[in-house]
Amino acid sequence: MSGFVSFFRRLEGPQTVGRGPAFWSLFAVVMMIAVAYPLFSDGYTVGNTVYFFVWVFIALSLCLIWGYGGSLSFGQTAFFGIAGYGYGVLTLNFGSAYGFTLVALVAAVAIAALFAALLGYFMFFGRIAGVFLGIVTLAVTLMLERFMAQTAGPEWHIGSARLNGFNGMSAMPPLTIPWPGEPIVLFADVGLYYFVLGLLVFVYLALRILMNSSFGNVIVAIRENPERAEMLGYDVRKYQLITFVIGAVLAGISGVLYTAWGQYITPSSMGMTAAALPLIWVAVGGRSDLTSTVVGTLVVLAAFQALTIYGSQYALVFMGVLLVLTVLIAPNGLVLGTMNWLGRLAARITQRAG
Amino acid sequence: MSLLELRKLNKHFGGLHVTNAVDLTLEAGEIHCLIGPNGAGKSTLFRLILGEHHPGSGDVLFAGENITALKSFARIRRGLSVKFQVPGVFKGLSVRQNVEIALQSRHRGRELEAEIDRLLVFLGLESEHAQTAGNLSHGQKQWLEIGMAISLKPSLLLLDEPTAGMSPEETHMTGEMVKRLNADGMTVLAIEHDMAFVRQVAQRVTVLHLGQVFAQGSIDEIVADERVAAIYLGQAHA
Repeated sequence: MSGFVSFFRRLEGPQTVGRGPAFWSLFAVVMMIAVAYPLFSDGYTVGNTVYFFVWVFIALSLCLIWGYGGSLSFGQTAFFGIAGYGYGVLTLNFGSAYGFTLVALVAAVAIAALFAALLGYFMFFGRIAGVFLGIVTLAVTLMLERFMAQTAGPEWHIGSARLNGFNGMSAMPPLTIPWPGEPIVLFADVGLYYFVLGLLVFVYLALRILMNSSFGNVIVAIRENPERAEMLGYDVRKYQLITFVIGAVLAGISGVLYTAWGQYITPSSMGMTAAALPLIWVAVGGRSDLTSTVVGTLVVLAAFQALTIYGSQYALVFMGVLLVLTVLIAPNGLVLGTMNWLGRLAARITQRAG
Repeated sequence: MSLLELRKLNKHFGGLHVTNAVDLTLEAGEIHCLIGPNGAGKSTLFRLILGEHHPGSGDVLFAGENITALKSFARIRRGLSVKFQVPGVFKGLSVRQNVEIALQSRHRGRELEAEIDRLLVFLGLESEHAQTAGNLSHGQKQWLEIGMAISLKPSLLLLDEPTAGMSPEETHMTGEMVKRLNADGMTVLAIEHDMAFVRQVAQRVTVLHLGQVFAQGSIDEIVADERVAAIYLGQAHA
């Protein structure tokens, strides 16, 4: 019983912003709004919101590896793409009956994780660190993009799934939950919304617990001073590898959900622009905290989409400007900076009231 | 029984012999000081003992086991611990978290909390526990790192200039702490330039010069050695 309690006590801790009744009340309010939201909106807008949620997983993967772990991976999109294509190949071959799409989700994410374990093993046990880690991961994702882009010919297929080169794969079935009577097909509206929302809340809370555990302590210790961490008896390479694989799982979830959401995936999802954008969301939000990463990603994505609609070609320029401003004004992230400022303000008010 | 034995340790970077066939034996339970001019190879010797550098030839034996091929973390788990020359604390984390990270592999739950509190009191850092470690004074950082190093309950503690940047009072307190740890059974190997500290704690002194063991003996023997005065100690009085 006490183990149970102390497990959930780790929802709060030094590694995550937000604690106490005030934070969790706010969390509950946000949850209620999120759950009620589809009732007051139309299917298209809800589907668009799911699109935003889908990207949060890859942002969290970067938050974990870069923000907490201190290793900048520029190639999370590689795992996104592998899992996305994996889902496509599996479901185009085996269909969606008997809940197979859910099996494909897990299998595709597992393939991405396995690839990350292999790549991570060579990087971390080869002591590649710092900027070189960014270069290697970026090279991997660009290589995968190039490779997939040249698979246009009919000879490029896995089973009955054509890879289709630059145009990408399409027409894979959406996620489908087996149900007595009729299976529930999660099209990109209300059904998928609740599925992704549930998964997102689960992942967010699980990561809070993980980062405030002794494992999380070692991860931030490695970020702060890897030599000291090793000299306290921790096998730094092992911890970095595990973090990297967890990150790949999160990026892979993004990839599968994206593919199932739009029923297509293209090589450009692993390209330069795709690889750079998550870095901007996470940097602007505040890479060293889960909550600011989630909030930052959603805000920046919504702003980016609005800009794409109203001033198409300037959207990417704006993202660059936003990144530069963040680095200059609030290097730890705009959302995180604001959250810490609000925290200090609240503390001052309660102090004065007391 | 000897706790640590270095056999003909060679390390060279290009043509530079940083350590040249160093033989050194540490008896269990002693406080041993390593002195010598800058560039003598003292810190490199530490890195060889810790496995951060690997020797070109020669062996490192710890408690009878040849650990030359082991990674650093594996050596630490066998009972080695170190305080670096430049304070190696986790600057962005709180003092409490620093201590927790050092202690968490040995203790869990409520016992861990109690151990953290006890170590903070021992280090005199209990009122700074919520502070970011990077904001501590230089001396406090040194203490925090010594605290983290000893919290592993090592059988051999390596201290690289533990009193650098400390006031004479702090230096003396650190010396007393080292003696207390030694009385509890910890073997200590310390690199130190402060001869007052060496005189206060050392039972045996080794002088390293140009990567070789130059002299060895009690502090009185070393101070009386004219050759040592010529290469090292004499400079201090010149």
